[in-house]
Amino acid sequence: MNAIRTIFKRELMSYFATPVAYVFIVIFLLLAGAFTFYIGNFYERGQADLLPFFNFHPWLYLFLVPAVGMRLWSEERKSGTIEMLLTLPVTMWQAVLGKFLAAWAFIGIALALTFPVWITVNYLGSPDNGVIFASYLGSFLMAGAFLAVASCISACTRSQVIAFILTVVVCFLLLLSGYALVLNAFAAIAPQGVVDAIAGLSFLTHFAAISKGVIDFRDLIYFLLTIAFWLYASAVVIDLKKAD
Amino acid sequence: MIETQQLTKRYGALTAVDGISFTLEPGRVLGFLGPNGAGKSTTMKMIAGFLAPTSGRAKVCGHDVVDDALAAKQVLGYLPEGAPSYGEMTPRQFLSFVADVRNLSGARRTQRIDDVVERLHLTGVLDQPIETLSKGFKRRVGLAQAIVHDPQVLILDEPTDGLDPNQKHEVRALINAMAKDKTIVVSTHILEEVHAVCSRAIIIANGRILADASPAELEARSRYHQAVSLTTSNVGAAKEALSRIADVAAVEIDPQDHRITAFPKPGKQIFAAVSDVVKAQGIDVSELQLESGRLDEVFRSVTQGNGQEAAA
Repeated sequence: MNAIRTIFKRELMSYFATPVAYVFIVIFLLLAGAFTFYIGNFYERGQADLLPFFNFHPWLYLFLVPAVGMRLWSEERKSGTIEMLLTLPVTMWQAVLGKFLAAWAFIGIALALTFPVWITVNYLGSPDNGVIFASYLGSFLMAGAFLAVASCISACTRSQVIAFILTVVVCFLLLLSGYALVLNAFAAIAPQGVVDAIAGLSFLTHFAAISKGVIDFRDLIYFLLTIAFWLYASAVVIDLKKAD
Repeated sequence: MIETQQLTKRYGALTAVDGISFTLEPGRVLGFLGPNGAGKSTTMKMIAGFLAPTSGRAKVCGHDVVDDALAAKQVLGYLPEGAPSYGEMTPRQFLSFVADVRNLSGARRTQRIDDVVERLHLTGVLDQPIETLSKGFKRRVGLAQAIVHDPQVLILDEPTDGLDPNQKHEVRALINAMAKDKTIVVSTHILEEVHAVCSRAIIIANGRILADASPAELEARSRYHQAVSLTTSNVGAAKEALSRIADVAAVEIDPQDHRITAFPKPGKQIFAAVSDVVKAQGIDVSELQLESGRLDEVFRSVTQGNGQEAAA
């Protein structure tokens, strides 16, 4: 536990050691605000909820989470620090988990800083704060799933740019598989079971379920399993590619 | 204490390290010599627990580096090639991080960090980001990281690469100071370093051990061992006179500085004979030297082609 905490602390500090963290947070907040108020028509809808805010999170994360996650392992490999880190008395999973949790906490901080939206909606009306809480939880879990994908792909390459682009593509596919457009196309050629399975793989399906305010155990398990799977894959990839 | 048995690393068809076995006791400094790509770094990475061997085993203080990896890593300090460190951190933060991961705490943590900072002269740059430091400082931060927990076994991959002569001298002094009770492996291609710090040298090429001896024994394999060199204005006469000495096998003249070297027949001493001849013939000699052997020559002959002969 101590090793995970130490790596976590170092990683989180390293985000704030450079302007990158502040740039990221500012852009995240600006985009979240712009989507909510201009594209989501927060005021015009006249409803006291945060649907227009949370609806855009998947698309926001599609580009911003890979930007946070791309450096996780590719930078360690490029600078050679991976050799230093993995010869310290830490296990592979401690290193993978420590770095992942730090990046996740960083996104969590950015997400928490959107609290003025929550204050706004409470000032304007009386929303169901339970639903809002569930949506925040779902959004955070979804960000973790995106980030675990980024961790794995970042372990594959020493180029951060390649890591970013590949992560966006994989996350895009994982998002799309929940869209009616894609599902209808499959429904025409495949049995319902296959269509459900594809929908079941999508971040979007599970996020939508949680943001309705129903925290279903299965949706939580889905995100946690997705994270665990991609982190496990990260460890395997790091082990395989250590030599080059 | 380091023990390796038939340590081997293959990448597909390429065998980077091919059956390396050696045992190193505490108090000894082993120099790993070899051309680039010989397998020095790969061997060190396997002992340090970064790469898993394809076959064979390595033990650090009795802990197998694969089966008992954490215990082995705890007693080991490792400086990877290029001395990587986190550029955005300051040396103070970086050393604190390593000390925390290595479970140092309380007074011992403070004392150890202060000690390495002082030993490696990092006081002046403690709060500057590492990426802004010069190459010499970065290297020293890497070294500090490797010794902060006062490890019993130290593995240093090219510790003096990129340092200026004064810094090299300091790092060698540091290694010598630590050598008394630790087991240290140093890789280098600077041959003078072998003299300065190593009590034993292993020459490897193509992943195999070609020679394993003390630096003095290696030098004794040199053609120059026990040869006598002199500088004179009268090159022709001197060469003539030296050639006539019974135990001299050959006389060579350096094409650049016209220094004359007389090589003895195997097992013979010629220094006395040479100095007698010089006096008797009245050759005007400005410098006369008994050669102890040249490591660079041994290194070349061992690693290029006729290695078998030199290793035998």
